[in-house]
Amino acid sequence: MGREEAKGVKIVTKNFGVADSHTLSVYRSRGGWEAFKKAVSMAPAAIVDEVKKSSLRGRGGAGFPTGLKWSFVPKDAKTVYLVVNADESEPGTCKDRELLAYDPHLLIEGMAIASYAIGCRHAYIYIRGEMILEAKIVQGAIDEAYAAGLLGRDQTLPDGTSFRFDVTLHRGAGAYICGEETALLNSLEGKRGWPRLKPPFPAVKGLFQQATVVNNVETIMNIPDIILKGGDWFNSLGIGKSGGTRIVCVSGHVNKPGVYELPIGLSFKELVFDVCGGIPNGRSIKGLIPGGTSMPPLDATELDVPIEFDALTSDARIKDVEVRPGVPFDMGNGRRLKTMAGSGGVVVFDDKTDVVALCARIMRFYAHESCGQCTPCREGTGWLARVCSRLAEGDGRAGDLELMGNVANGIAGNTICALGEAAAWPMMGFLTKFRADFEAKLRKAA
Amino acid sequence: MPLEFSAQAKQSIERLLTQYPNKQAALLPVLHLAQEEFGHLPDDVLNLVAQTLQLPPSHVFGVITFYTMFHREKGGRNELMVCTNVSCMLRGGYDILHHIEKRLGIKAGESTPDGAFHVVEEECLAACANAPMMICGDKYYLDLTPQKVDTILDDLRKRWQERATQALPGSGSGGNKTILGLGPNQKA
Repeated sequence: MGREEAKGVKIVTKNFGVADSHTLSVYRSRGGWEAFKKAVSMAPAAIVDEVKKSSLRGRGGAGFPTGLKWSFVPKDAKTVYLVVNADESEPGTCKDRELLAYDPHLLIEGMAIASYAIGCRHAYIYIRGEMILEAKIVQGAIDEAYAAGLLGRDQTLPDGTSFRFDVTLHRGAGAYICGEETALLNSLEGKRGWPRLKPPFPAVKGLFQQATVVNNVETIMNIPDIILKGGDWFNSLGIGKSGGTRIVCVSGHVNKPGVYELPIGLSFKELVFDVCGGIPNGRSIKGLIPGGTSMPPLDATELDVPIEFDALTSDARIKDVEVRPGVPFDMGNGRRLKTMAGSGGVVVFDDKTDVVALCARIMRFYAHESCGQCTPCREGTGWLARVCSRLAEGDGRAGDLELMGNVANGIAGNTICALGEAAAWPMMGFLTKFRADFEAKLRKAA
Repeated sequence: MPLEFSAQAKQSIERLLTQYPNKQAALLPVLHLAQEEFGHLPDDVLNLVAQTLQLPPSHVFGVITFYTMFHREKGGRNELMVCTNVSCMLRGGYDILHHIEKRLGIKAGESTPDGAFHVVEEECLAACANAPMMICGDKYYLDLTPQKVDTILDDLRKRWQERATQALPGSGSGGNKTILGLGPNQKA
């Protein structure tokens, strides 16, 4: 158990609060680029093994093991790309924006190590279009790294081979869907951000039809410390199959909202009441969204569960999400849905919250952001938004709850990308956990 | 006279093209650049971008209209992007939006008659721990209250009035809003 070991440990936020932490000189004075030096004295395969050993899991939402993802790059791939997903847009998530602004050099060093490990020579950072100031800061850091010869220059490695590495910052232009990795790749290629059918997976055919690894900002920023201190050390900080710490962004009804780097074994109850100072105005907690709005919510009885990836998908204390009462949602092959750790965006709501209105706002978001490629998502998210909104506004009709459950069930699993689930899961989740609130709205309308 | 990029923009585009294996991949950065240079992306600017990158205008049109940050219509105003998504909603995001609408006498999606402000109800802008919030230009306005909003609006209007006495950037000529008539040899 790594809860005690991880207390107070800062990996990706270690330079927060240090004056001019975004500059190369400050970054270097705090040990920056030492990890890269160590990395290039190792064989690329040994770095992938170290990352596997660390149990680092993708911090963008899916929690996929990073080392395993890297190992999917075909050994005979001629060109390999690394793409950093900095298109943070999942409602409730505000970590990458701060990480980019405060420590862009940690990202660049992490990218250099990752690129060396997977054989990439030109990496891209896809940053959300609205983050204009952050883009300037990251571009400034890239320019500094070029001027210092860390990028864009042939470097002779200890084994005598040569390594040249380039980084390009690419700005998005306002489209939530581009956070989906294959939509992001299409956007980076100068196209509409439409998700691609998988397979082929990006590791085999990604950017410009070449082998590609797409990693989240926070994921990559963990790499330098994993190399310096070892995969075993990182693994020891976590619990179960998840290593390291976790960045959690807490918003909504708490006394101290914020972006926190915490032990991954911490429970939601501790997060809300110990870290964030509890609920304001003497109210009590009604529930929370554990990892961005696309994740089914937890109610007040489910908060002893840790913020860790596997706990949220499988802990028996979390109820199964249902299509309607007594009919659990089937994710395929009889697998049940609880929730997921997602992006680490925790949105807390108190007992006075109109959860139907909250759910309707989430549905309007996904209806707005559906790219329109797949009929179930394009039409279904619109239905969910309209029906849930009319219910929230007091115009609900008999059968609306069943209608929403059925529409959501019809979207999930039937679309190219996960935006369909991102709308369907919370819809069914809110209906499951807060059905009494929905029924009360319906009674009021009748 | 056919529209042209400035010498400086041409240089930036040359540099951009070295960073991608094909010209199409430079489309988003070149559109950002074009919008900065001409203010918005009407047909003549769209055609210029298409010619520069040797892409069909229809492709460029499809991309521009997919992304919310690319504007086909005239800009040159303070665009207030007010978040009302869940984290902001729970902490009074709608109150902030309605306060702005009332003060400016317009609804979200509209511009003030003098062109000083344009208000947009925006989706999550990744500053949830500082809700409610809004963006104007590259500035994030965090932990908003109606009083703070009043000060911000006064300040932005003052700066806009100062700017308005100088020439506005952009020479894009507006033009039709449909895909029709976008051939490289046709003037919109």
